[in-house]
Amino acid sequence: MDRMLYIAMNGAKQTFLAQAVNNQNLANVSTTGFRADLDAFRTLPVSGPGFDSRAYATDESSGSSFAQGTIVTTGNDLDLAINGDGWIAVQALDGTEAFTRAGDLKVTTTGQLLTRENLPVMGNGGPIALPPFEDLEIGSDGTLSVLPIGQAPSTLAVVDRIKLVNPPAGQLEKGKDGLFRTIDGEVQPADGNVTVIRGSLERSNVNAIEGLVKMISLARQYETNIKMMAIAKENDESAAALIRLQ
Amino acid sequence: MNPALFIAKTGADAQQTRLGVVANNLANASTIGFKRDRAAFADLVYQNIRQVGANVTQNTNLPSGLNLGTGAQVLATQKLHTQGNIVQTDNSLDVAVTGRGFFQILRQNGDVAYSRDGGFQVDPNGQLVTNNGDVVQPGITIPQNAISVSIGNDGTVSVQNAGTAAPTQVGNLQLADFVNPAGLQPIGGNLFLETGASGAAQTGTPGQNGLGQLNQGSLESSNVNVVQELVDMIETQRAYEVNARAISTADQMLQYTTNNI
Repeated sequence: MDRMLYIAMNGAKQTFLAQAVNNQNLANVSTTGFRADLDAFRTLPVSGPGFDSRAYATDESSGSSFAQGTIVTTGNDLDLAINGDGWIAVQALDGTEAFTRAGDLKVTTTGQLLTRENLPVMGNGGPIALPPFEDLEIGSDGTLSVLPIGQAPSTLAVVDRIKLVNPPAGQLEKGKDGLFRTIDGEVQPADGNVTVIRGSLERSNVNAIEGLVKMISLARQYETNIKMMAIAKENDESAAALIRLQ
Repeated sequence: MNPALFIAKTGADAQQTRLGVVANNLANASTIGFKRDRAAFADLVYQNIRQVGANVTQNTNLPSGLNLGTGAQVLATQKLHTQGNIVQTDNSLDVAVTGRGFFQILRQNGDVAYSRDGGFQVDPNGQLVTNNGDVVQPGITIPQNAISVSIGNDGTVSVQNAGTAAPTQVGNLQLADFVNPAGLQPIGGNLFLETGASGAAQTGTPGQNGLGQLNQGSLESSNVNVVQELVDMIETQRAYEVNARAISTADQMLQYTTNNI
């Protein structure tokens, strides 16, 4: 069969996959702490006897965007946004330590501090447990101060500190659960330079305009590939007509 | 079919749910004791289309794979129990809580519900009831010949009877507190029910053990910030449009395919 048809088909298929990655970003334009997925095309030349005329394209994840999202004030005591670089360490479902930027936290009846996905937030020594409190204050370095129920304001005491880490961006990758982990899987030490803003949340860092432009560009690229398939069909028809003439 | 369509659909779907939450907040901007909801967004699981590090040939492997997300969802709606504004009404049976705590209300079916709405009235039997007619717990009966009612910061209810100089104490209003008020289940009518997530109700005297104080002659207005909701509404609408556009683009791509091949 004609190689052109297959190469164009592959291009169209990969472009549609890229459109799906782009749509994933657009779908998460309001997800707190979401980091945009990046993808890129790469050529896969087919080497064989003779001239290497074929090069298939393949779409690949090329990591996540670590740009800062917009910080919005919510006034909720249990909301926090990370100022600049850094991550909140949480315990993932498989028990390993993972990182997130989403700081919309909540407290259970037993005093556990959880993320919106019900994952325990890590403190100095494992998951954080808080005593029953009247007021909870989150310091700029993640320190948790608690005013126990029914006590005077002078009894405000530090109970734990949210584990904030800052591994190099190149070592981080997003897992299937949307949480980040280091590639080598090593436990990261807490970083004292990471600061948080209390009563605020960081929005998704997806740029909707960029996403829309990319969507249009991918749609046209896709149409070009389909057009090539149509041309391959025309070529084949012309060839068949030639044969019929003889 | 192609995932692009369905991913965009989950995004539009989640935005639609969020608009519902915003609309409910706006509709309750004047509801006494209402606590605003917030839609918590989360990304759905990722699919591994091509594993990173998989061998392309015997000696080479893929430097990076393809992880494709499956969209967004509204994971939960969260009640934000921040204090609403205290509005002076000068009505002697209006009580606002400043700080933690809920009034206990006995529902018609015998369950105890919890409320921040302190706009009370007196029924024909003299009992203190909500606007809905449910009895406030612990029960307080205002005598028929009472000419004035005063409710103290600590919940003490006393009345001035006609012909008597000294006020008579007729009962105490108590408040219930929860470890996690966000875990209470809203059931409408300004009422909340205790759940496993909220923890058991801890009742006590207002102003003590961390409970808020009572203010007679005032009501706690809704904590909905209309400007905030309007901004959220604009954002929701635009995000919806972007996702709707993504659906129509994916549709056009498929249409182009069927028309040209």
